[in-house]
Amino acid sequence: MPRLLRPARGLLTRRTALLGAAALTAGACDSSRPRAGFLGAMERFNARVQGALFDEARLAPELPASEATPPGAFPQYYVSDSVPRAPAGWALKVGGLVERPGVLSLEDLQRLPRTEYRIRHHCVEGWSAVASWHGVRLRDLAGHVGADARAGYVEFRSFDSGYHSSWDRPSAFHAQTMLAYGMNGQPLTPEHGAPLRLYAAVKLGYKMVKYLTEVNFLPEPTGGYWEDRGYEWYAGV
Amino acid sequence: MCTCARVRASRHSTGVSPVLSCTAVRDLEHRRPQPWPIRVAHWVNVPLLAIMAASGLQILAAYPMLGPQGRPYGWYPFQGTPPPEWSRLGDWLAGARHWHFAFGWFLTLNGVAYVLYLALSGEWRRRLFLPRRDTRNALATLAFYLRLRGHAPEQGLYNGLQRLAYTGTLVLGALSILSGLALYKPVQLRALASLLGGYDPARALHLIVLALFALFTVGHILMVLLHPRTLGEMVTGGRKPDA
Repeated sequence: MPRLLRPARGLLTRRTALLGAAALTAGACDSSRPRAGFLGAMERFNARVQGALFDEARLAPELPASEATPPGAFPQYYVSDSVPRAPAGWALKVGGLVERPGVLSLEDLQRLPRTEYRIRHHCVEGWSAVASWHGVRLRDLAGHVGADARAGYVEFRSFDSGYHSSWDRPSAFHAQTMLAYGMNGQPLTPEHGAPLRLYAAVKLGYKMVKYLTEVNFLPEPTGGYWEDRGYEWYAGV
Repeated sequence: MCTCARVRASRHSTGVSPVLSCTAVRDLEHRRPQPWPIRVAHWVNVPLLAIMAASGLQILAAYPMLGPQGRPYGWYPFQGTPPPEWSRLGDWLAGARHWHFAFGWFLTLNGVAYVLYLALSGEWRRRLFLPRRDTRNALATLAFYLRLRGHAPEQGLYNGLQRLAYTGTLVLGALSILSGLALYKPVQLRALASLLGGYDPARALHLIVLALFALFTVGHILMVLLHPRTLGEMVTGGRKPDA
């Protein structure tokens, strides 16, 4: 082989290639900022894969009462120091790209078609639990207020110390995505998000905002409490 | 040199295409012990498996229990015990999940490339455990290791026990991917999740597979320490049989 065509020794030996790859990985994979760099790029790729896999007709299986989590064992979840309590005169504010923005009282919401199901809950931590939930489908609320087709995202805000999240439209409009006002046949308790919380089959628990105050139909995603701290935005199951 | 004539003669009655199998067998006999695709897949697997195991243990630390809320599995001896700090990667749950779901793709791709290579190159013949061919040899090798037998049985590249172990890791790899997908998308892939018994059984299976991988790795490293030549072969490829 002519000398010029011979690979230059030391330029790209196996060792430098391995060290380079290791350095690149270390720099691009920052566990404290997992939504940036290489890990962030892979999250966006995974979100696209999950979006492609999503089928609006696929429902989570409804479970028998025998599968229900024993009383008291369904975890409570809020980020405030104590159980958040609804302010006096609570009502849900609905806005964004809708024809009829406004506020709906719990009674207004309960006059909309009611849905109920018992399905498995999947938490980001790895546990699962089962309860039944009843409320109004988000898609029925969207129809009620005339949500625009340009609203590709839905934002949910709460009175739990600013906890919020935003969803892609297909997941938000899934047949099992509801604004729940009841759990296990009873009105929702403050420990589980009263007076109104988001419940769904197709997302991890942290996407299901409790203690709702606002639902906004928006053209752009608006992050979320945990999403802004490093958890995945799509978080579909 | 080659026993092709004998192979052809003896296989005539079985209906197996004699010429084809003869070429394939001769081909394999003349190959280096570890062709480069096998070596690349093996060494790429090492950091990937370590990343997946350690980030998986960090994820487990967020809820170190098996079984649904309020109904922990009675058979699991480590309920509530998080895996040790040194075994984890990703610092916290969100970090570990990002590592896990980023590098899971590469481990899967590596595994798929390896299996495709085995299938297309014919290497599966001297590596996979075929029960009718290898059971007797595996038992004899086991008897030798247990000192119930004075000498090791004759073997080609691998003995029956090695073939069983290496084929077992492929099964483990497939199970870890399938159970991992069931955990990642238990609703969108609900058929897969229910095939594995549901979300929580799939989570238990995912951890059991990791434990078996760890067991394999310990045995694998011990055997390599006892037979250092094999480590050299996995680096250089080893010598061709006629060279």
